[in-house]
Amino acid sequence: MSGALTVAAYALRESTRRRVFVVVLLLTVAFLALYGVGTEAAFDSIDAQAAGAVLDVNDEVLTGSTLLGLAMFTTLFLGCVLAVFLTLGAVRGDAERGLLQPLVVRPLGRTALLGGRFAAAAGVCALYVAAVYTGAMVITGVAGGWWPADPVSPGLGLVAGVVVIAALSLLGSIFLSATANGIAVFMAFGAGLAAGLLGQIGDALNVETLKNIAEVASWLLPFEALYQGGLNSLTESIGGNTALIVQLGPFGGAQEAGPLLWPWAAAYLLLIAAAARAAFARRDL
Amino acid sequence: MPAAFDCRELSKRYGGTVALAGVDLEVQPGELVGLLGPNGAGKSTLVKIACGLVRPSAGEAHVVGEPAGSAAARATIGYLAELFRFPEWLRAHELLSLHQRLARSEGGEAERRELLELVGLADAAGTRVGAMSKGMQQRLGIAQALVGTPGLLMLDEPTSALDPVGRRIVRDLLLELKRRGVAVLLNSHLLSEVERVCDRVAILVGGRIVARGSPAELARAGGVEVELESGVRSFPEASREQVPKIVAELVAAGERVYEVRVLSSTLEDTYLEAVEGVTAS
Repeated sequence: MSGALTVAAYALRESTRRRVFVVVLLLTVAFLALYGVGTEAAFDSIDAQAAGAVLDVNDEVLTGSTLLGLAMFTTLFLGCVLAVFLTLGAVRGDAERGLLQPLVVRPLGRTALLGGRFAAAAGVCALYVAAVYTGAMVITGVAGGWWPADPVSPGLGLVAGVVVIAALSLLGSIFLSATANGIAVFMAFGAGLAAGLLGQIGDALNVETLKNIAEVASWLLPFEALYQGGLNSLTESIGGNTALIVQLGPFGGAQEAGPLLWPWAAAYLLLIAAAARAAFARRDL
Repeated sequence: MPAAFDCRELSKRYGGTVALAGVDLEVQPGELVGLLGPNGAGKSTLVKIACGLVRPSAGEAHVVGEPAGSAAARATIGYLAELFRFPEWLRAHELLSLHQRLARSEGGEAERRELLELVGLADAAGTRVGAMSKGMQQRLGIAQALVGTPGLLMLDEPTSALDPVGRRIVRDLLLELKRRGVAVLLNSHLLSEVERVCDRVAILVGGRIVARGSPAELARAGGVEVELESGVRSFPEASREQVPKIVAELVAAGERVYEVRVLSSTLEDTYLEAVEGVTAS
């Protein structure tokens, strides 16, 4: 087993022993249960009101896409929390506590150590958001009979988004103490979401400045663009009046990803990896 | 055969603070070298540079002929930091197993058992780190440093949390390692420990080595004092062998000799003299 895999296994075992996964699992089950109850109630409600509808809107599509969009937002947030807490003190925090030095003096090398920590955090977060998204999609489909036309792309957007967040948090852990890093990553997460919402408003009102702000933010913080891209693929096949109403909702006005998003996300991860490697190599412990 | 550790003109600055200012030091294979000095003297920085944890500002350091910090150098060292911590959720044998994988040791269960026995923790293999006393953790730290049979062991204050029994165990362990040919660089404030086990001692003050030699050389003769009827006369350069000649000369000169004292300074005296001398200058 290579050094990076040993470190990854060690990080995963730490999370298991500290019951991180048990807590996450319980809270996620609670979220999905609440989501199930809410979704069931929402679809029951639109069935009862359907007879008096004035607009020609497909209620199942409207309700299903809006609820699954909400679930995607929640999944991204939960994934972000997990990514941050698995990485926030990985370098400076562990070094200050004296946990890192015995590992770093071993022959595996600093790059392998970072790689192992990233592989563990990114792997766990990716599996987690994929599982929660799938769970929410199945609940939505079973409760209301609505399934997204493209069920894979939204999930991929979420997975890539949390992987980017985990990488950012790991990079931050080299420079910042655990608390400062956690705060910084959550603020970046919030800034990204806010920029995405500004972009939606800019699109709806056709305000160039807002659209530009959102575009710059999506280049700087591509997790938001990846999430928006996933959200967009959830609703892009919807047409007619339903599409119009969906676009007006908080989870329906997402911008299209564009062809450069995924290559840029991959390049962004490589840039973070290079920056983290260089910074960690120069850091005195 | 290259030295287990050697450094030339090694310097380190942290911003405006000088931690090391041109240190030369050599540890030969199988040699046990003690590094003494007050807090902030640069002892830990020197050891950290040797381990590749800290980058020097100037100078060079080698471990078994390889640049300090390189993978080849790190493969031959064992290290216990002064301020170390192990994950509380790991059991003693799991910690050693983790370090065996990281050090690519193939010692397996036999090595883990031997190391735990060596540090007096044979019965604590299944004990979680969090349930161990500080002293037990320090002994476990020494066992961890010995994983993979290192050629150079660097111990930074390894007995600071130990009771007398624990110190005795570590002292015997160091002597055993010396017998096995393992080179050891030992940072310690405990001069008596260093005096008992080390082949050579270097005293580091303000980032510079101000004295070095074997404990016997550093605990040098302090001269001879002779109590005469006219008062005490000192012969600061004299040794025990010269006492009969001194007494004979004094008697021949008409002095009445009442007492002769052969003075010798301890390592502690030399250490305090070196530290105070540098501090005062």
